Amino acid sequence: MDQLTAYVLHLADNNLILTQRNGEWCGHGPILEQDIAITNITLDLIGQSRNFYQYAAGLINNSAGAANLQPATEDSLAYLRKEREFKNCLLVEQQNGDWAQTITRQFLYSAYQYFLYEKMQHSKDEQLAGIAAKAFKEVSYHLTWSSEWVIRLGDGTEESHERTQNAVNELWRYTGEMFEPTAYEQQMAAEEIAPDPSALKESWMKKVQEVFEEATLMIPEKTFMQTGGKKGIHTEQLGYILTELQYLQRTYPGAEW
Amino acid sequence: MVTAENDIRLQKIWDLLGEVNDPEVPVLSILDLGIVRDVKMNGDETEVIITPTYSGCPAMDAISMDIRLRLLEQGYKKIKVSTVLSPAWTTDWMTDEGKNKLKEYGIAPPPRSDRDGQTEVICPQCGSENTKLLSQFGSTACKALYQCNDCKEPFDHFKCH
Repeated sequence: MDQLTAYVLHLADNNLILTQRNGEWCGHGPILEQDIAITNITLDLIGQSRNFYQYAAGLINNSAGAANLQPATEDSLAYLRKEREFKNCLLVEQQNGDWAQTITRQFLYSAYQYFLYEKMQHSKDEQLAGIAAKAFKEVSYHLTWSSEWVIRLGDGTEESHERTQNAVNELWRYTGEMFEPTAYEQQMAAEEIAPDPSALKESWMKKVQEVFEEATLMIPEKTFMQTGGKKGIHTEQLGYILTELQYLQRTYPGAEW
Repeated sequence: MVTAENDIRLQKIWDLLGEVNDPEVPVLSILDLGIVRDVKMNGDETEVIITPTYSGCPAMDAISMDIRLRLLEQGYKKIKVSTVLSPAWTTDWMTDEGKNKLKEYGIAPPPRSDRDGQTEVICPQCGSENTKLLSQFGSTACKALYQCNDCKEPFDHFKCH
């Protein structure tokens, strides 16, 4: 697989896995408006993910040797790849926990997506530039919404503050990986197709600090950063997610309704 | 001469596209929305090029199908609906007529994206500027939920994108 395909799959997988996680809230949100908000955000994420998978499928089908294989589709990429083939970062596969943990995960990821897509709009790859330009506007709303919630909960009651701080403490160890470039990200940066993720860290950190300060939340000190997801080495969570996500297509191959 | 004939044929297709409505906001045609980028005749094939509004908008699949059906009904046989992502759709492409239709339908239309500082959303029921945001996410991907502080009516606002 070439580096561009690997990178596009990484982008697609990030969104698909967070979609699956957020989707667990559908019908269970704390109040109706917020149930609708988290599922609307999730709808944007699955839409972006489909664009990336469709692009990746095209790249795979046009690559050398593809003629002998079953053509890839957005569905085959989502439903029929194995755990080690998924390149999503570890943050998005973590459990929903309580509302505070879901919100914190969304905020940390939306802030990352915001700065990533902001740059990727100017990609030399026309397809990625187009997807990113659209996604950037969508993610701006996600970032505003999740920032407001982090502030509301962090600077809220004693209990909401404690829960949100616990969420930050739990999730912080998965944030370092986002900014550590893999071989495919280095290649994309060299070709000016995507920004080097390490170059996004400063803006991301500034945004997080700004919001955390207002939310009276502390960034944990001296955290050991877990990595591996972007290379296919995941936490135990991903297996459970894929079991549920892929069950139907694996049990009834090609099922449609 | 050939060019003129082609223009007439193309205009007929544009007219038909003006009769295809957004399934989620049925008061708007897809031309009002500004998502039809181009119409081409490639030999005996008719190609309609559209740009999606939102990445995950479920209406896009329905719209592609509706375009196909409308043209099939009128005797067009080979129809291709293609999607281009770049440049990305913006609510600035919505026509003024479309914005008026939205307002009459009870949805506050999107402001122009280049209007700095213009943040007030006007109540489509009573025209008051004294309104408040209830939720940035509404009944569909394109809308936010507002309420009027004067007439108290809740209403949808088509978000600026």
